[in-house]
Amino acid sequence: MDKQALRIGAGAGYAGDRIAPAVELAEKGQLDYLVFECLAERTIALAQLERTKDAAAGFDPMLQARMRAVLPACISQGVRIISNMGAANPLQAGQAVLAVADELGLHQVKVAVVLGDDVLATLIQTGSSLSVQESTQTLADLQAQLISANAYLGAEALLPALQTDAQVIITGRVADPALFLAPLMHHFSWAPNDWTRLGKGVLVGHLLECAAQITGGYFADPGYKDVPNLARLGFPLAEVSASGDAVITKVPNSGGCVTVATCTEQLLYEIEDPARYLQPDVVADFSQVKLTQSGPDRVQVMGGQGHPRTDTLKVTLGYRDGFIGEGQISYAGPGAQARGQLALDLVRQRLADAGYGKFEGRYDLMGVNAIFGPGSPAGSEPAEVRARVALRVPTLQQATQVAQEVEALYTNGPAGGGGASRSVREVIAAAAVLMPRSAVHTSTVLLTQDT
Amino acid sequence: MLLRNIAHTRTGDKGNRSTLSVIAYDPKDFDLLEKQLTAERVQAHFAGMVHGPVERYALPQLGALNFVMHNALCGGVTRSLALDAHGKCLSAHLLTFVME
Repeated sequence: MDKQALRIGAGAGYAGDRIAPAVELAEKGQLDYLVFECLAERTIALAQLERTKDAAAGFDPMLQARMRAVLPACISQGVRIISNMGAANPLQAGQAVLAVADELGLHQVKVAVVLGDDVLATLIQTGSSLSVQESTQTLADLQAQLISANAYLGAEALLPALQTDAQVIITGRVADPALFLAPLMHHFSWAPNDWTRLGKGVLVGHLLECAAQITGGYFADPGYKDVPNLARLGFPLAEVSASGDAVITKVPNSGGCVTVATCTEQLLYEIEDPARYLQPDVVADFSQVKLTQSGPDRVQVMGGQGHPRTDTLKVTLGYRDGFIGEGQISYAGPGAQARGQLALDLVRQRLADAGYGKFEGRYDLMGVNAIFGPGSPAGSEPAEVRARVALRVPTLQQATQVAQEVEALYTNGPAGGGGASRSVREVIAAAAVLMPRSAVHTSTVLLTQDT
Repeated sequence: MLLRNIAHTRTGDKGNRSTLSVIAYDPKDFDLLEKQLTAERVQAHFAGMVHGPVERYALPQLGALNFVMHNALCGGVTRSLALDAHGKCLSAHLLTFVME
């Protein structure tokens, strides 16, 4: 690998990810950039609800803990941080980063905040006829239930922020790989229509965005796929050359492994047609990618390609979709499965008698068929089972009744039911529409400690 | 012989679709995977779980096949009533596919 390579690490693969491996990367990774990808599909909708209750909320609840842990090393070593932890309130998240810097006694910290992904107002005004993907509905059909609408911004939207001297860049919704593509475009001055390099940059971002999922997390299968020192699993980094080809590796002596097998699993993770991975900046093409083990825990990635981007951006809608009431209860010992089945039959009958038969529901025996459903292989009598009932219903009261019917099995159900639990939650569902990219306008705000 | 002896698998989710990669431990076994793991057979293996259709993409240089299974996630992660709403566990089910 040439000395001009850019070193980018992944500090989180999802909102609740572990912090210790990110600190290890910040301290020992000799990084140029550390990227934290923390937004799942409906995270922004949930954050928007928090912001409605409290104007200072609505960003990632682990933001301060993460910054407290990694800022000292990043500031002292000149590692720039990029993260979508701004969620539904990127400006407030930026202020929170500065507050952590104050608290740590760090000076002259600057945060660049990228705005413009929130397109709810625009869509309500002009987007009602847009069709909802995987559905026969239009946006107008969901409008009354809508909580949030956020466009997946591309790396292009981050470039003005990278051109400032901010050490931390905070965004809301950005396509996950674009968080990694942006510093590559910035550092190597890749043109926004250099489709091949942009495709290679997306490939690097896609490989890194789930953090430990390429270093041996979500991989171990004892006896078939063993992973060394999994308890101290390290997070990945990429050494990327100006041509866009890269080596995926990790901090020496951290746990886990980087092999062609771990990289192949992550390369295809959540990918549909490998030749057409639609991104805001480019249609990336992974169909000819080659992976080579170039050393211990080092995999060379070559052959990424790209094609011209589309005229639309994907927008995730968050909307209210009723409530889910759920209850569980366990049975063990002789006849456990039969008693668990009787419990499910009783709850089904009681809910039907109460008029709930028309609602979508699940009646599972955990330990028997809760995961594979009708496709579950028949096995021998389990030592224990856990009955689980879940229904989607219109109101909170109805969801509560579902959960109560399961708990009431204690005194009204089969013998020996134990450990009942119940949960009731509002369903915040996600859907997607495509909107013209020309209708999305982004901006950058620079925050400093002095203001 | 089971698929588990010659390949590893991983699932991901996209809306109401499950993506499923199948990767040969030894690239020499790719031809066997390509011949036997047709989209139709994979869909049949997931009867009752995946309502289809199923599409297949081949990546010979990686020794891998990539499947997209439609109508596989009870409406998708955010609405699903399933215990494993992401369908993370589906990858293990394919490992019991019997190779001829």
